[in-house]
Amino acid sequence: MRYGMTVDQRLCVTCNACVLACKNENRVPEGAARCWTAQVEWGVFPNLSLETRSERCNHCENAPCVTACPTQASHYEAGGIVDVDKDKCIGCKACITACPYEVRYVHPDGYVDKCNFCLHRVTKGLQPACVVVCPTDALAFGDLDDPESRVHQLLQTRQFKVLKESEDTRPKLFFLT
Amino acid sequence: MSDEGSSAGVSRRSFLQIASGTVVGGAALSAGLATLATPSHAAGTSSAASVVPDRVVPSFCELCFWKCGVLAYVKDEKVYKIEGHPKHPLSNGRLCPRGTGAVGALYDPDRLRQPLLRTKVNGEDKWRAVSWDEALDFTARRLNEIKTKFGPASIALFSHGHGGAFFKTLMKALGSANTVAPSYDQCRGPRMAGMELTFGMDPGAIETIDLANSRAVAFIGTHLGENMHNTTVQEMSAANAAGATFITVDPRYSIIASKSKYWLPIKPGTDTALLLAWAHVLITEGRFQKQFIADNAVGFDELKAHVADKTPEWAFIETGIEPRVIRETARELARSAPAALVHPGRHVVWYGNDTQRTRAIAIVNALLGNWAKKGGFYLPEAIKLADLALPEFPHKEAYKPRRSFPLASSPCAYDVCDSSGAQPGSPATIKAWLAYGCNVPLTLPDTDNVVKRMQELELVVAIDTMPAEITSWADVVLPENTYLERFDDLHAPPYRTPFVALRQPAVASLYDTKPGWWIAKTLATKMGLGHYYPWKDAEDYLQQVLTKSGLDYQQLKKDGVITRPPAAIYDDSPVMTFKTPSKKIELFSKTLADAGFDPLPKYEPPEEPPAGYFRLLFGRSPVHTFTRTTNNPQLSEIFPENELWINAEMARVLKLHAGDRVMLENQDQVKTGPIKLRITQRIRQDCVYMVHGFGREDRRLSRAWKRGAADSRLITRVKRDPVMGGTGMNGNFVTVYRESLGAAGKEA
Repeated sequence: MRYGMTVDQRLCVTCNACVLACKNENRVPEGAARCWTAQVEWGVFPNLSLETRSERCNHCENAPCVTACPTQASHYEAGGIVDVDKDKCIGCKACITACPYEVRYVHPDGYVDKCNFCLHRVTKGLQPACVVVCPTDALAFGDLDDPESRVHQLLQTRQFKVLKESEDTRPKLFFLT
Repeated sequence: MSDEGSSAGVSRRSFLQIASGTVVGGAALSAGLATLATPSHAAGTSSAASVVPDRVVPSFCELCFWKCGVLAYVKDEKVYKIEGHPKHPLSNGRLCPRGTGAVGALYDPDRLRQPLLRTKVNGEDKWRAVSWDEALDFTARRLNEIKTKFGPASIALFSHGHGGAFFKTLMKALGSANTVAPSYDQCRGPRMAGMELTFGMDPGAIETIDLANSRAVAFIGTHLGENMHNTTVQEMSAANAAGATFITVDPRYSIIASKSKYWLPIKPGTDTALLLAWAHVLITEGRFQKQFIADNAVGFDELKAHVADKTPEWAFIETGIEPRVIRETARELARSAPAALVHPGRHVVWYGNDTQRTRAIAIVNALLGNWAKKGGFYLPEAIKLADLALPEFPHKEAYKPRRSFPLASSPCAYDVCDSSGAQPGSPATIKAWLAYGCNVPLTLPDTDNVVKRMQELELVVAIDTMPAEITSWADVVLPENTYLERFDDLHAPPYRTPFVALRQPAVASLYDTKPGWWIAKTLATKMGLGHYYPWKDAEDYLQQVLTKSGLDYQQLKKDGVITRPPAAIYDDSPVMTFKTPSKKIELFSKTLADAGFDPLPKYEPPEEPPAGYFRLLFGRSPVHTFTRTTNNPQLSEIFPENELWINAEMARVLKLHAGDRVMLENQDQVKTGPIKLRITQRIRQDCVYMVHGFGREDRRLSRAWKRGAADSRLITRVKRDPVMGGTGMNGNFVTVYRESLGAAGKEA
């Protein structure tokens, strides 16, 4: 089992509902976020294009944060979800330096925090909060290895990319183009 | 509050910021702060992993006016998250960012917390925190005095929001017909008129468009995706996922433009030329739904003659859109017809000829034959709720506006404002305003003029949850509960799935605030009109209405929504009946002709900006609803201030740089700003754009105060729609200059 997420750039409108749902679900403090939206513009008026997407931790299969963490606070959970054990975290920020995606922040309580695909929901059979709220249905989450899963099927039928492929982190956050 | 005060010609009211001016109750104002640890950040754990809600309360949202079903999760008497109600047909388990951020509206530390009365202390205006009894005694006495002295038509209600229903009853009981809503003449009014004139039916607040099933959609006058009406965005996205062809007509490369096969960066104000050219292509190439038109429409020959010379080449000169693109887009729509749609728009008060533009939209839709068809307009159904038996209302009196609009279906907020006060030599007759959830100074165009009119009033009563410009100019501030702390009237709008939804409190009132129903009923009782509210409280009212309607209150309380099977939303009979005078679709409108207007939409070129000026355009952010949400702690974190979009080439010419803060000055030398510059390729060179709702002036709004700029200040010229009175706002022009240069620098 490998948990992953697809973000459909064709559907996402960067409304930020995912960001707010995540913040409430995961009690993310003011000034920080576990997910956010990005708009990337190209071209010169009137020949333009725009990429719209919701971003978060890539839950890499080869996660530099896990390798860099001196206390095993950053670790792989079931299904390859990368999580931070806040009791083990000493706030050294080695993971923040190691992560090429800038997805982590230091919580006011001293530990490092980031997206964990709403592990507490996933273990109960629920979808992550961002997936549930999305008004455009741009996000899908599930087991990449399960041929019945929506993420598997989307990756079979759609073109996609990952961020910073050259880093060889093997992300499990896929952007459908 | 005396008559002398308003006749002296001086400012009767000063702008009073809620906190700074309070003389009594200052302690009470800050008393609640201890309880204000924002719940999303509170309670030991960093993750919601361990949170099991004490209860989950179904209700419906009020962060905008779409009214999606929500589930409010409550732990230790605090709402910690809000989700879309899975069974509510408007949310389908999903929510927009504003609805999700309603937690921030509930726990905004700047909320109004107790009734306030404007009081003179040593000649200076101060707020006095008072009891509800004192606030409503005063309001009731003053309203009755004004009614006796000036007649019931001297009292007006500006209402925006679901709780306004209880105040509308008060207006009827008073005998005043002056209930107005900015959603009419500042927003959708021309669309209502244009669609009713053509199809005999207005697409309504929840547009009756079958967007999800549409195969080709032209978005003209809507930036869906930035405008986040939840269900419509869901449907748009479903159509997008299903591979529908989108055509977006917008001077700005909006989000929906970026999802479109065709973006038509039209010259602002020339949309009617494009629509007539589309009609020309459909007719001359024989691509319209011929049988549908033959069976269901009148005036085709007149239309055909009218658009004979409206060629794409003609339209190109006006719109800047290449003839080839005009032809291709018309053919795209025709190819998918009748599952093709020209979106009727939402905020459509642009240039004063807006009913006629909407008529052109309606006509193109008629040519696509999409009425009551899959992927076109659908026929909605509502669950009919019973009316409670009320004592007979007195005869309704309306004020006499300076200017009347023959085909208006409602009095205009703009005219009520214009007829307010005691202007020498004018027929002004309105003496008192009740403003329910309506921040009139930043909602109507020309803020300065609105403030001037308010100065002349005998009484301004603001009912709201947040301090706002309206509360700062009011005599009485009546703080309402947020939607998460109150019962409200039922919601049973026309929709594809008929439903009734209930709003009910998730938590008790945080402060000394009251629900709208209680404020209206108590005020009415104190005015001697309590018999128009024949119920004990909201639950008694809801129970009575539902019982009389054959519905179960307890079930609704538990589920939040009751749905009926989907209506028969399509009509496949070849000949349909329309609610127009001819019972047909009226391509040619005799009603308009008889009222002295063009029976077919005529293109009028927009006024050009003077040299050195840009046309000022405005729109929405997905995380905000006008001024209502700009101080919301959660939403303002995402979008704290608006920016001025300016074309990169124009910025280069004007020597403006990314991150500059600029001032705006309009054609009437009205200035506003500073506002942050957004230099972008995503807008034409002849216009600038900003999100509406910013440039707030009440210091008590700790997050929104002085953030960004207010477009409504700059809208000093209004082009009235002669058909229905809409206030066209896009005929204002601005110069842009760096804040540091001062006004002289704009020539530099």
